[in-house]
Amino acid sequence: MYVYDQYDQQLLNERVAQFRGQMARYLDGKIPEEEFLPLRLQNGIYVQRYAPMLRVAIPYGLFNAQQMRTLASIARDYDKGYAHFSTRQNVQFNWPALEQCPDILERLAAVQMHAVQTSGNCIRNTTTDEFAGVTADEVVDPRPYCEIIRQWSTFHPEFAYLPRKFKIAVNAVPDADRAAVQVHDIGIQIVRNEQGDIGYRVMVGGGLGRTPIIGTEIRSFLAEEDLLTYLQAIIRIYNQFGRRDNKYKARIKILVKALGPERMAELVEEEWQRIKDGEDKLTTAELDRVKAHFTAPAYRTLEANPASYQQALADDAAFARWVQRNVREHKQPGYAIVNLSLKQKGNAPGDVTAEQMDAIADLAEEFSLGEIRSTHQQNLVLADVEQQRLYELWQQAKANGLATPTLGLLTDMICCPGGDFCALANAKSIPVAEAIQVRFDDLDYLHDLGEIDLNISGCMNACGHHHVGNIGVLGVDKKGEEFYQISLGGSSGNDASLGKILGPSFARDAMPDVIAKILDCYVANRIDGESFLETYRRAGHTVFKEAVYGKPD
Amino acid sequence: MANLINTEQHIEQDPWHWVDDEQAIDEFAIISLERWQAQQTELKGQALEHKLGVHLRSDQTADQLGEDAHLLALISIDFPKFTDGRGYTTARLLRQTYGYQGELQASGDVLIDQLFYMKRCGFNRFALREDQDIQDALDAFATFSVTYQSDVSDPRPLFRRR
Repeated sequence: MYVYDQYDQQLLNERVAQFRGQMARYLDGKIPEEEFLPLRLQNGIYVQRYAPMLRVAIPYGLFNAQQMRTLASIARDYDKGYAHFSTRQNVQFNWPALEQCPDILERLAAVQMHAVQTSGNCIRNTTTDEFAGVTADEVVDPRPYCEIIRQWSTFHPEFAYLPRKFKIAVNAVPDADRAAVQVHDIGIQIVRNEQGDIGYRVMVGGGLGRTPIIGTEIRSFLAEEDLLTYLQAIIRIYNQFGRRDNKYKARIKILVKALGPERMAELVEEEWQRIKDGEDKLTTAELDRVKAHFTAPAYRTLEANPASYQQALADDAAFARWVQRNVREHKQPGYAIVNLSLKQKGNAPGDVTAEQMDAIADLAEEFSLGEIRSTHQQNLVLADVEQQRLYELWQQAKANGLATPTLGLLTDMICCPGGDFCALANAKSIPVAEAIQVRFDDLDYLHDLGEIDLNISGCMNACGHHHVGNIGVLGVDKKGEEFYQISLGGSSGNDASLGKILGPSFARDAMPDVIAKILDCYVANRIDGESFLETYRRAGHTVFKEAVYGKPD
Repeated sequence: MANLINTEQHIEQDPWHWVDDEQAIDEFAIISLERWQAQQTELKGQALEHKLGVHLRSDQTADQLGEDAHLLALISIDFPKFTDGRGYTTARLLRQTYGYQGELQASGDVLIDQLFYMKRCGFNRFALREDQDIQDALDAFATFSVTYQSDVSDPRPLFRRR
C-alpha cells in the first residue's frame, strides 16, 4: 500500500495544526457557526442528532493493522467503544466531543490517516474495487490511479468550494463493477485500447440522492498520462457553471442534464485542450513511483486447493458454507480473498466494536500480510490468505462474530445510520435492517434465495444506495410518522439500473412481511437458477406489485 | 478600504476604488465588466497608463474578459459568499490561460480561512471583510509549506518537484 514520504506527512501535520487553530478560534467566538461549518466538514466533522460525527477517510478502502488498532483506540478513548464502516469505504465515529477532534486527528496523522474532505462541497474520497490487485479479471491494479487522484484532490486550491460534493470512483474490471462507477459524479473505467495501451473511459453525471441518474460517457479513451488534466477540465467546467442557487440542483448530474452530455463533452474538451500538455500531465516517473507502492507481495509458491483444505471443506459443512459465500478466488494459486462480514444478526450493518477491530488487526497480521480493505457493501476484506490456513482463520473470525456466511445474500444489507444518528434522516433504518435479519435468519433459506442486494436509506439523500438495491427501502416521513417505500430492480453493477417504486409505503412493523411476499413471489416465478434480479427483469414489475398489494379489482 | 492586505502586509494607503456605472471614471477606478466592454475604445488610454481596473461578479467568467485582461492594471473578483468558489477558477484562468500579470484582488466575503487557497489561485490583494483580524489573516499565508498540485506560484505539481 501507499506509504507516506516526508512531503505527505508534513502536509498532513500542517493540516492538523491548521484545524487546531481554526477550532481554537471557533471556540473563542472568532469564527461564527456558519463559517466554521465548511471548515469542520472538510475535516470530517458533522454535527448529528445527538453528537458530532467524525468520518475518517480510508482512501480507496485500503488500510493496515496498525491503522486499525489506532481506530480501535479512538473508539475506546473518544467514543463509546465502537465504529461504523460506511458505504464510501470510510469509517465513522458517532460520539466524539467536538473540541477533542483535533486530538483525534493528530492521533490519526501519526499513522498516516486523516479525515480530509470526507465531507463538504469538495472532492471526496475516491473509491474502487475492494478486490483490486488480487482479482484475476482486472485490466490493471486501479489503486495507483486512486492514489494519484487522492493526492491531486487533497487541498486542491481551486476546488474546495464547489457547488456541491463531488465523488469519483474507479473500476478496472471489464465485466463486473464493485465500485458502482456509473452512479458517481465521475466514473472512471480503466481500459486497454487496441494497441494495448492503458487508458480510461470517462463517465460523468451519475449519482443517487433525490435525482438518481446513470452516468454518461463523455470520452471513450483517455491516455494514461492525461488523467489529472482531464479531471481538472471537468471539474473546472462544473465549478464555473454548476448551479449554486439550489442545493438539490447543484450536483454535476443536473448540469450535465441541462447542457446535454454532448455539450458537456465539448466544454470539457475545449478546457482540456488549454491545459492537457501542461505541467499537470502525468510523468512516467510519477506513475512508476506510485505503482511501486502497489506491487504484488512476495507470494509463496503454493499448490492450489491443497489436500488439508479440501478435507476441511468435506468435514465441516459450516466451514464449506462460509467458503462458498464469503471467500473469493485469488489470482495467485493457493491463496484466497476472505470477506469478514459486519452483518451478523443483532448488529447494525457496518458496526464493529473496538475489541473486534483489534481482533481484525490481529487476523490481518496473522493471515493476510497486515492489510485490510473496507467495502462499499460495509464489510471488510483480508485479501491475501493462504487456502491452507482458511479453516484456522474461519474459526477465529467466527469466535469474533465476523464470519456470518451471508455475503451478497439478503441479510448482507447496505444500511445508512438513519434516524438513530443522522440529523437529515426522515426515518430510522437500523431497526428495519435488524427486523429483516431476525425474520430471515435461516441460512438454508438465505442460500437458496441466492444473491440479493437489499439497500436501506433513511431519507432521499440515499446514503444507503436504495436506488441501486435489487430491493431498495427508503424511509419517508408521513405526517410525522416513519414509513418505508420499496423499490425493486436496482443494480449498481456493470448492468447498472435504478429501482422502480413498487407502490404506497408501509409502516415499519409491516416490513418483514412485505419483504417475505416479495421473496415468495421471486421463488414462485424463478426459472432455472435465475437470480432475484434476473427474475424481476424477466417476469416484470407488475407480478411483484400484485404479490404485495393484490390484484386490482 | 480599511482591511486591504497583500500576502505580506496590511496596505494602508491605496488609490484603487470602485466607481459605479453612473459615476465619472477617474484615475485608479475599478469599473464593471459591462462598462469596460461598452466603453473600451475610449478607456484604453487610461488602461495603458495602468490606472484602470475591472471588477468581475462571481457569475462572470475569465473567458468573458479574455485577452482584454492584458490591458488592465487591476482585476477584482467578487466572492458574494465565501462558499461561492467560482472566483478560484476565474483567478487561475486569468493567470494561467491568459497570462495576466497585474494586480488580482479578492473582494467581498473574503475570510481568513480561504486566503491560502486564494493566494495559490493567483490573488495577490485581499479586501478582507471588515471583521477579519489582519494579523491572523497574514499568518494564514503560511498555513502549508507543502502542496500537491500545480498552482500560480509554482506551475509544477509536487510530482515534478519531489
